Amino acid sequence: MVLSLAGAAGAVTAAPVDQRYLFEARQMQALSLAVHIPLVCFGIAFPALVLFAEWRYLRTGDALYRTLARRWSKIMLALFAVGVVTGTILSFELGLLWPVWIQDFGNVFGLGFTLEGFSFFVEAIFIGIYVYGWDRLKPRLHFASGLPIALAGITGSMFVIAVNAWMNHPTGFRLSGGRAVDAHPWSALFANPFFWSEYVHMYFAGYIVCGFLMAGVYAWAILRGRRGRYERTALGISLSAAAVAAPLQVVVGDWAARDVAQAQPVKLAAMEGLATTTRGAAEHLLGWYNGHAVVYGIEIPRLLALLAFHNPNATVKGLNIVPLADQPPVNVVRFAFQAMVGIGTLLALLGLVYLYLRLRHRRLPTARWFCWAVVLAGPLSVVALISGWITTEVGRQPWIVYEVMRVDEAVTGAHFIPFGYGALWVVYIGLAGAMVWLLRRFSRVPLEGDDAG
Amino acid sequence: MLADVPMVFILVGITAYTVLSGADFGAGLWTLAPGGGQAGAAATRDHTRHAIGPVWEANHVWLIFVLTVAWTCYPVAFGSIVSTLGIPLLIVAIGIILRGTAYALRSQFSRDEERGVRLVEYLFALSSVLTPFALATVIGAIATGRVPVGNARGDPITSWLNPVSVLAGVLAVAFSGYLAAVYLAADARRLAERALVHDFRLRALASGVVAGALALAGLLVIRVSAVSLWHGLTSGLGLALVIVSALAGVVTMVLVWFERFGPARASAALAVAAVIAGWAAAQEPQLLPGLTVTAAAAGRSTLIATIVGVAAGAVVLVPSLAVLYSLVLRGRLDTAVGGVGEAAEAAAAAAAAAGEMRPRAAGRRSPRVPLAAAFAVATLVAGTGLLVFADPAWAHGLGAVALIACAVTVFALASGPAGELPGTGHRPANRAAGRICAARRW
Repeated sequence: MVLSLAGAAGAVTAAPVDQRYLFEARQMQALSLAVHIPLVCFGIAFPALVLFAEWRYLRTGDALYRTLARRWSKIMLALFAVGVVTGTILSFELGLLWPVWIQDFGNVFGLGFTLEGFSFFVEAIFIGIYVYGWDRLKPRLHFASGLPIALAGITGSMFVIAVNAWMNHPTGFRLSGGRAVDAHPWSALFANPFFWSEYVHMYFAGYIVCGFLMAGVYAWAILRGRRGRYERTALGISLSAAAVAAPLQVVVGDWAARDVAQAQPVKLAAMEGLATTTRGAAEHLLGWYNGHAVVYGIEIPRLLALLAFHNPNATVKGLNIVPLADQPPVNVVRFAFQAMVGIGTLLALLGLVYLYLRLRHRRLPTARWFCWAVVLAGPLSVVALISGWITTEVGRQPWIVYEVMRVDEAVTGAHFIPFGYGALWVVYIGLAGAMVWLLRRFSRVPLEGDDAG
Repeated sequence: MLADVPMVFILVGITAYTVLSGADFGAGLWTLAPGGGQAGAAATRDHTRHAIGPVWEANHVWLIFVLTVAWTCYPVAFGSIVSTLGIPLLIVAIGIILRGTAYALRSQFSRDEERGVRLVEYLFALSSVLTPFALATVIGAIATGRVPVGNARGDPITSWLNPVSVLAGVLAVAFSGYLAAVYLAADARRLAERALVHDFRLRALASGVVAGALALAGLLVIRVSAVSLWHGLTSGLGLALVIVSALAGVVTMVLVWFERFGPARASAALAVAAVIAGWAAAQEPQLLPGLTVTAAAAGRSTLIATIVGVAAGAVVLVPSLAVLYSLVLRGRLDTAVGGVGEAAEAAAAAAAAAGEMRPRAAGRRSPRVPLAAAFAVATLVAGTGLLVFADPAWAHGLGAVALIACAVTVFALASGPAGELPGTGHRPANRAAGRICAARRW
């Protein structure tokens, strides 16, 4: 009985489904991820910064830090609320859009999301206590109630990225009739060599995005003439976080790229526009991949081999190791990758300049050019973040589970997708408008009035 | 046996979501009809909003929990359900976005901004009706066997727009309103708001009658249009649970009548739990037509991993939830009524003055700074070396840890007291003085 049913389910999987809306399904998923991922950065980094400010208050008794932590905690709650709902949309979509993926492989990766659910729980519980408990809990207890938020922000993103890393480097199961059997979820998710570099890379990105976006707000305030101690302290904390993370991200990114080179040679070839397997491959900056080679780019001989394998004479696999149908859209991946690296380099430089001035000259730089650079760094860091995710997600195409299941095998046969895609656009535009309105309004609340509210 | 354990988790999750988040949705429903009572409309709205403030996010997570356990442990059934019932689930998703947004926006308005408040509140109320309705139609579709196994094999419309599903939807909305009224009456009692207690008691009684009548009508509809579900609900364990639910419903009404709101919360929750358990008992062992729970379950190692994961999660979750709800029920997280903030601030300042939290001198270079700088450089070199030039996985892990240590240290140096601007001084209690000082400096 059991066997025959499993067989029937397998047959259902194999039966062709209507893929008319594959494009819309992909776009819908991409849209929702692009909306949610910047909020994840705030989930990773913001609680730590808020707690840092509160800790400084406890250490020094300086009420300014309390005001800062308190105001930030309200923004944290609003961003968390939006993150909760956009995250819920994602968990719906994974099932709504890719039911066959869940049907055939949910037994391997699902555990990651179950554990993420608990992180989410802890975050939601303590964020309520923390934000509503400012006047009601003793200072040290209140500080302690914030620690689980920071911890859960770290573990939550970890579990989700474990699933993504598994999709990029699937292990821990046996394939039978197109489905995963003999699944070993723990080792599949956490003993995956691909996971750690991806996770640490995202973790640093969280601090970069959250730090620069917040710093941008205060740099803007300083440009507008609001140079009070509040603004400068807030700028100091948020910019320090971003400035420390940005240069180190270069090292982490190098690690992540070498993991890609090893586990996903086709993705690396797409990132670099390398058509054929080449010994001592060259690196190309900018330019366009015309299907055979990168044209109009700046060529740096042997650099790709050096970067990917630490050996200028190493052989780098090209796109030609797989048929054309199994290659990702090269220019999309390549431009996204170059945008991420380019912006990341600029952010790292900005971070180093800041750290130099701050540590060597012991002052907070507030020159106009510097403030403008920080204001720009916020949105740019989001562009870099999204570009990075485009690199890894589009670079994995046409696979949803790398070299195991194709995206068009996973898609739903339901017909509501275009409608859902349209509805989601409307809702997200409304959501974005609401967030902008909310944050602008919040920034206008006078400092003095804040402690009472 | 093992295959049933995650199903129990799912049912517990659905019950918790209905009892907790259902009440939050119901609170949204009451903001639609805030008038007509002894308390003013504005006071009623404020009360509903404050009551769900600290808890709605935590309550909402139960839905995520149900989804993730379902797709991990019963992947085939999950894929079939979501592909056939895509439309109602999309409505749920949009309702959830609207609700979260409306809630985040609402707290930024002050009471006198009538137009903005109205708009946001209608949005909030609309989503509070839409979401439970659509979710319950999904349950109705599963309970009446309208979801065949396969990718979008069921009818995209009639699977969830049928008499049983629609009735389940309406019942869910009525039940949310009922639960919310009971909880809000209890909260109003804690806050000693007598007019609100009076109003929500009446609302609870009225909506209780409506919900009860709908439940009876629902049984009739099930008898006519879903024969197998009817048999399940009128025999054996199913029947016992239906009776428990009915009794608990009646007891709740009596408790509300006598203003015993605390126990009424519990018995109302019991009524919901019994309905959900009764549905499960009526349908058991079938999950979808032709697919039993055992057949739908994932492999043994997946089930064990999930059970271990949930058990470990529960160790963290249960105490955390206990802390949250005990703080809420004891009124420790109630919104501060004017002046408490300043009082706390004043107390903190007094404590600081008394030397309990002595302000430390800033702008002075701590003797630990060179040490920290050396540590930062060492971890930077070690981390970079391990990540870039070493190959084994453990070396990479160690390298990442070193880099994080470096980041923390440099952050402490850059943002810590040593980096405080010299001359701006340390005047915790006197921000104006700080400003003047800053103005001179800049």
